Formats: sequence, C-alpha cells, structure tokens
Amino acid sequence: MSPPEADLRGGPPPGEAESAQVRGLAPHFADLQQQHEAATLGMWVFLATELMFFGGLFTAYVFYRQQYPDEFAAASRKLNLTFGGINTIVLLTSSFTMALAVHAAQLGRRGRLTVLLGLTAILGAAFLVIKAFEYHGDYLDDLVPGLAFEESAWEKPAGVKLFLLLYYLMTGVHGLHLIAGIALLTVLAAFAGQGRFTPEHHAPVEVGGLYWHFVDVIWLFLLPLLYMVGVR
Amino acid sequence: MTQAIEVPRTYFIVFVGLIGLTAATLALSHFDLGALHTSAGLGIAAGKALLVILFFMHALRSSRMTWVVILSGLFWLALLIGLTLTDLFSRDWPT
Repeated sequence: MSPPEADLRGGPPPGEAESAQVRGLAPHFADLQQQHEAATLGMWVFLATELMFFGGLFTAYVFYRQQYPDEFAAASRKLNLTFGGINTIVLLTSSFTMALAVHAAQLGRRGRLTVLLGLTAILGAAFLVIKAFEYHGDYLDDLVPGLAFEESAWEKPAGVKLFLLLYYLMTGVHGLHLIAGIALLTVLAAFAGQGRFTPEHHAPVEVGGLYWHFVDVIWLFLLPLLYMVGVR
Repeated sequence: MTQAIEVPRTYFIVFVGLIGLTAATLALSHFDLGALHTSAGLGIAAGKALLVILFFMHALRSSRMTWVVILSGLFWLALLIGLTLTDLFSRDWPT
C-alpha cells in the first residue's frame, strides 16, 4: 500500500484545522476542485440509477406496445398533445434557465443566480399545474380506468387500460421527481440568496442542475412515446 | 478553478435548437410515416436529449470518469430493453 501522499493531487488532505480555513471544503478532500468533481460524479452515478428506475417503466411500455399496437395508438390519440407540447416547451425553458443559473454561480453573480434558480422552480411548478389540468381533462374524457372509463367504447379495452396505466405511472413518477426537483431548487435559491455560493464553491447548484436536466430528458422521451404512438 | 464553462450564447443556441426540434416533433405527429413514425419521434427525442446532456449538463466538457458513468447507464438500459425484447420476440404470446 503506497503512502497516501504519493497518489494525491496537491498534497495530503488539509485536515480539520486547515479545511476550516477554506470555506465549504470538507476535510477529506484535497481542494475545492476535487470536491466539486466528486460531487458531480456522484450525481451522475445517481442519475445512472435513476435511468434504470425509469428504464423499468420504459421496458414495460415497450413490451405492451408490442402486444397491443392498435390499442396503444388509439388511446394515445385521445391524450392532449397541446398540453403535452406546451409542457415540453415549459421544461426546456426551465433547463435553459437552469443552465444560465449554473453559469451565474460560476461567475459569482449572486442576484442573477437567485433569480434564475427561482425562475426554474416556478417553470417546474407551471408544468405541474398544466399537468393537473391535463389529468382533469383525461378524467372528463373517460380515460381513467377504475375511476372514469367506458369498457364498451373500445374493441380491446385491455390494451387501452394497459396504455393508460403506463401513461399515469410514467407521468406520475416523472411528476414526483419534478416535485423533488422543485423543492431542491427552492432550497438552493434560498441558499443563493443568503450568499452561500461562490465561484469556488457552488457544487450544489451544478449538482441540482444535473438532476433537473435529467428530469427534463426523461420528459423528452415520454412525449413521443405517450402522445405520438399513432398518427393524429 | 477548471470547470465546464460555456458562454450563455451557446446555451441560447442550444435552446433555440431544442424548441425547433420540438416544433418538428409536433408537426411530424400529424403525418403518416408508416413504419418510420416511431423511429422519427424517438430519433428527434434522442437528438434533443443529446443537446441537453452535452451542453446543459456539461457532458461535452466533463471528465472521462463522467463519460464512463453515462455510457454505462445507457449500456445497462440497452441490455434491459434489448434482452427483454429477445424474450418478447422469441415466444408465441397470446393476445
């Protein structure tokens, strides 16, 4: 086992006393840059697990779409593509503001960072509001198996019900992730307002950004898979 | 501090591209491309995802370790869906 100093950049870890002098540096890291890289890498690993988490639902979707292609197409056509399209633009805009927020953090622009984080969270909330209206519309259209659904209206209701189940599961789980992201960004915005982030120490902002962009990417795939199975 | 720094102009160009691709997707949904319908939709979605991952998530300027994690995640997803499909297509499923 080689001595610890031999394979560390910049020398041995600063230890408790020295790290206390560098704001935000945990003692087991050599410097803020290493800490930053560790934080982002950790988030990427978590996102890889989240990909598998959603992957299970996507696999179920692939399976049952193969089994009931016509029913999936027919049910997909009944979904509100207008709301789906608007929500896509809302989330893409929120990713844009999030990217700008990270940029502001990198430059130490505190006011701009706070505003952009808040704006991103608000756009996320707007997505949820639109989604709520959309779910309500789905309910009025008899598209909620078990609650509001007309079996006789479909030739093969089993396939339709499977599609709708996957639709509510996938958008619902996505929505839960979005709620967590909004809560995270609200906390980050509050911290930013308090001046807790500097150009040297803003990893939480970058890491929060990675999570937010991931939630956006998931939605980018939900849109064609759920709303555009068949021609409209 | 060596970090992934993109200028806001890059983000804006990527954003405009994303909106454009979204418009393309929505327009495409009204045309019957037959067998290509799904592939086109997913292809555009993958293109948008690529833009978000490379530029918004700074993957383009990230370390090799990060790339290993990203590619591993995608690899496992491909295995999950791919091997499930081998099961799906090799059996006679009653519907």
